[in-house]
Amino acid sequence: MEIGFTLNGRHVEVSCKPSTLLSDLIREQLSLTGTHVGCDTSQCGACVVHLNGDSVKSCTVLAVAADDGEVRTVEGLCAVDGTLHPMQQAFHENHGLQCGFCTPGMLMSAIDLVKHIPDPTEAEIREWLEGNICRCTGYQNIVKSIIAGAAAMRTAS
Amino acid sequence: MSEVIGIGASPKRKEDARFVRGRGTYVADIKRPDMLVGAFLRSPHAHAYLKSVDVSDALAAPGVVAVYTGEDLKKDNVGGLPVGWGISGKDGNPMKEPPHPPIAVGKVRYVGDAVAFVVAETTDQAEAAAELIRVDYDVLPAVVGVVDALRAGAPAVYDDIEDNLCCDWDLGDAAAVEAAFREAAHVASVELVNNRLIGNPLEPRAAIGEYNFATGQYTLWTTSQFPHVVRLLMGEFVLHIPQHKLRVVAPDVGGGFGVKQFHYAEEAIVTWAAGKLGRPVKWVARRSEGFISDAHGRDHVTEAELAVDENGKFLAMRVKTLANMGAYLSTFGPNIPTNLYAPLLSGVYRIPAIYCEVKCVFTNTVPVDAYRGAGRPEATFVVERLVDLAAREMGIDKIDIRRRNMIPKEAYPYQTPVIVEYDSGDPMGCLDRAEELADVAGFEARRAEAAARGKFRGLGVSTYVEACGLAPSRLAIGLGARSGLYESATVRVHPSGAVTVLIGTHNHGQGHETTFAQIVSQQLGVPFQDIDIVFGDTDRVQHGLGTYGSRSLVVGGAALSRAGDKVILKGRKIAAHQLEASVDDIIFENGEFSVAGTDRKKTFKEIAGSAYVPGNYPLETLEPGLEEQAYYDPINFTYPGGAHFAEIEIDPDTGIVTLERYTAVDDVGTIINPMIVEGQLHGGIVQGIGQALFEHGVYDQSSGQLLSGSFMDYCMPRADNMPQIVLEPHSTPCAHTPMGVKGCGECGTIGSPAAVMSAVVDALKPLGVSHVDMPATPNHIWNIIRNSRAQIAAE
Ligand code: FES
Ligand code: FES
Repeated sequence: MEIGFTLNGRHVEVSCKPSTLLSDLIREQLSLTGTHVGCDTSQCGACVVHLNGDSVKSCTVLAVAADDGEVRTVEGLCAVDGTLHPMQQAFHENHGLQCGFCTPGMLMSAIDLVKHIPDPTEAEIREWLEGNICRCTGYQNIVKSIIAGAAAMRTAS
Repeated sequence: MSEVIGIGASPKRKEDARFVRGRGTYVADIKRPDMLVGAFLRSPHAHAYLKSVDVSDALAAPGVVAVYTGEDLKKDNVGGLPVGWGISGKDGNPMKEPPHPPIAVGKVRYVGDAVAFVVAETTDQAEAAAELIRVDYDVLPAVVGVVDALRAGAPAVYDDIEDNLCCDWDLGDAAAVEAAFREAAHVASVELVNNRLIGNPLEPRAAIGEYNFATGQYTLWTTSQFPHVVRLLMGEFVLHIPQHKLRVVAPDVGGGFGVKQFHYAEEAIVTWAAGKLGRPVKWVARRSEGFISDAHGRDHVTEAELAVDENGKFLAMRVKTLANMGAYLSTFGPNIPTNLYAPLLSGVYRIPAIYCEVKCVFTNTVPVDAYRGAGRPEATFVVERLVDLAAREMGIDKIDIRRRNMIPKEAYPYQTPVIVEYDSGDPMGCLDRAEELADVAGFEARRAEAAARGKFRGLGVSTYVEACGLAPSRLAIGLGARSGLYESATVRVHPSGAVTVLIGTHNHGQGHETTFAQIVSQQLGVPFQDIDIVFGDTDRVQHGLGTYGSRSLVVGGAALSRAGDKVILKGRKIAAHQLEASVDDIIFENGEFSVAGTDRKKTFKEIAGSAYVPGNYPLETLEPGLEEQAYYDPINFTYPGGAHFAEIEIDPDTGIVTLERYTAVDDVGTIINPMIVEGQLHGGIVQGIGQALFEHGVYDQSSGQLLSGSFMDYCMPRADNMPQIVLEPHSTPCAHTPMGVKGCGECGTIGSPAAVMSAVVDALKPLGVSHVDMPATPNHIWNIIRNSRAQIAAE
C-alpha cells in the first residue's frame, strides 16, 4: 500500500504492507532508529511516538494508521541546529537517563503528559508512566526531569 | 565549558547528547550492505531427544537463504560455548562441564534451547520459514527445581551425569563451626529461597556477523558488556578465528546488569553464518525470546544457621545452598554461587567461624549466571535474615544486635574467615547515619498511625558489604578464573592537546564517558570538553575485559590514571629538555610543567604540540608522540558497603505491599561524579526492590515451561510503585586503589532485598510471621495473612 504522512515536519510517501507496524516502518524503512523496540507485548513504551499529536506505542499501531496524518519521533524534538526541546534539556540536566534505551519513549510520553496536565504532580507523573519501563534509573530522576521539563515547557509557551 | 572538571564535580553527562536526541547507535539500529536476517527455532519442550530435524520445507520457503541445525555446526567443527571460570568440589575434582553446543545436538535441555537457525532476506520470511521446520521430539520428563533435581530418580539433564550435580563445593572451617555451635546459647536458623530473576535490560540482545572474503576478516556487532572477551572466547574456542582476524564491536548497549556479560550462542552463529554465506547476518531478539534465552539470575535454595552467645554475639555461621545452573554452564555460571557468594557471608560482622557448602545443580531451565550483584545479594540476604531472626528470637533490638557485632572502623583491615580481607569501611557510621535519616525514632508512631487505618506497617534494615572491582588476577586465577581480570587504558594526546581515551571497559549506562573524562581532566589539566572516551571496539581499543562486577572505575579507572601518569612522565622529559632543567626538577600541576621554584613553564598543550612537531625535542633519548597505555591489575577486591532502611505498609485485605520510605547510606569510597553515583544507586536499589516485591522467574514444575515469559507475567518495577529514595554517601576511601574508589554499580541491588524483606516480616510480626520468601507479591502476602490468622484462631 502507498501511504503518505508528515514525519517530523516533512512529507514522506512510502509503500508498506497492511500488516506493517508503525515502529517497523519508522525504524526499518525510514531509518529513524531513535524509536526503540523493547518488547513484543506493548508493555515497555520504548517505542512511543506522537501520532496526530497524541502519544502512541508505535509497536501497537499499524503503519497505515499514519496515512494523511502527522508523526513525530524523538528525532523531531530538537531544533535543526540541535537545540534541545525543554524536555530533552530537563532529562539531560536531571540525569534522567542512563543507557538511553527507554529515553525516546519517556520523552514522548512526558511531552504528551504536559499537554494534558501542564503542571503534573509527582503522583500524576508516576501514574502516567505506567506504560513506560526503565530498567536503569529507578525512575527517580525521570520523575525529577519531567517536573523540570514541564516547568520549562510552561515558561516557553 | 572549556574548563577543567575534576573529581567530585557533577558535570552533566556527555553521552546524553546523542541519547536524548534519539541518535544513539544500538546494534538493532545498524544495517550493513546486503544484510540478511536470521531467526531461531527454539525448543518448545524442556527436555527431549531430537530424533530428526527436517528443514526441507523451510529451505524452500520464499526469501530463505539457509537453514542451519546443530549437526551442521558440528560438521563444520564449530566448538561449544566455553566456561570462563572453573571450580573444583570438596573432593578436589573439577566441576562437571558438559559440552554446550550453540545449537542443540541430539537433545534439547530447556524451553528456548536453539534447534535451528533460519537465514532469509527479511525478518518476516525468516520467522515464517522457522515455523515450517519439522522436528521430531522424543519428549522426556523434565526437572526445573534444584531440590527436585537432586532427588533420587530425578530426570537426568545429562545422560552421563546421574545426579544432576555439577559440583559439590565448600568453603570455610567445618570443624571450627561445629565446635562453636556446640557452645552457642542460641541458634537462629532459616530455610529460604532466593528467587530466580530475569535481568531484562530494556534493549533486547542482538548481533550482526559479517565476513570479508577478500581479507578474511570477521566482524561481530553485539550487545555485549565485554567485546574483547567475546573475541577471545568465540574466536579461540568456538569458531577458531585468529584474534587479529576478528573484530568485535559493542556500540551503544541498552543496559546490561550482567545479562550481557556472557558469550552467547547467537553471537557465534551469526558470525559463522556470515562466513558461510558471504553476506552480513543480523539477529535481534524479541523480548519473549530474550526471556527464554538470556541467562537468568539467582535461584538458590538455602538452609542457614547462626550460632549466638548469650550476649548476642555471633559465634559461627553454617550455610548450605543449592544453586541452579540451568541446563548448561553459562560463561561464569559456576563462579557466581560459590566464589562470589560464600566469601561475603561474614557481612559487616565479626563472625569467627563460617562454613558454607554449595551444590551447583543442573536443571531443565535457561542457564543461570550473574545478574547485578551476582552472589553478593544472595549472601547478604542469608546473613541479614539470620541476624534479624537471632535478634527477634533473643529479644534484642535488630539494630542493636547489628551494632554489637559490627566490625568497628578501627579494626580495618579485617580478615574474614572466608578468604577476603576488607581493606576499609565504617559500617557503624553508615548505620548511625541511615538510622537518623530514616527517622527510626519516629517509626513506632507511624506504625500506630497505620494500624489505626487498618494497615500493617513495618521497618526493615539491612547492612551489607560486597567484594567488587573484579578482580586481582592471581587470586581469581587461583579460584578458577581462566583469564586475567586486569584492565587496560590508553591516553592518546593529540597535537592540539585534546585527549582521546581508549579503554577496555564498556559503557552501557554507567556514564563512563563523563566520569573517565573527569579523571583525565583533573589529572592532565585538559578541559573536560576536549576529552573523548572510546570503548567497545576491539579494533580501536587494544585490550580489555569489559564491564561487570563494579569494576570499570575501580580497575579501568586505575589503568587510566596509570596511563595518565606515564603521559605526565613523558611530558616532564620533554619539558626538562625545553626548559633546560633536569627531569627531577620538573613538576606538573594544573596543566603546566614548570621548573620547581621558578616561573619557567610550558603548558600541557605546548608540550603536546612539540611532541608531534619535535623541533626543540630530545629526539636522541625520547620518541616523538604522546600516547601511553597502562594495564592495572588490582591487589585486592574493593569492599563497598552500607546500611539501608525500608519502610513498608501492607493492606491486609489485598496483600499489597506499599513501599513508603527508603533510605540508604553507602560507602563507595571516593566519589568522582556524585550525580552519576546517585543514579547508579537509585537504579540498583529499585532492581533489588523488584526482586523483593515483584520479580519472579517461574517454571511449571512438570512441563518445564517458563510461566513468567513476558512483561505481562514477569512484573518489572514501574514508576508508580517506587518511592522517593533518600541517599547519602558515607565514604571511607579504599586503601589500595589509586583514587580510593570502590565502585557503586551493584550496591543498591545488594542492600535492598534484605531491607525490604526485613520490613515485610516486621509488618507481619503481630501475626507471628518470622520469614517471608521473595517476592512479596499481593497473592503471597494475602495467603500468609490468611493462614497465620487461621492458625492464631485455631490456637
Ligand atoms: S516496544 Fe512498544 S511497548 Fe514495548
Ligand atoms: S535509561 Fe536504560 S532503560 Fe531507562
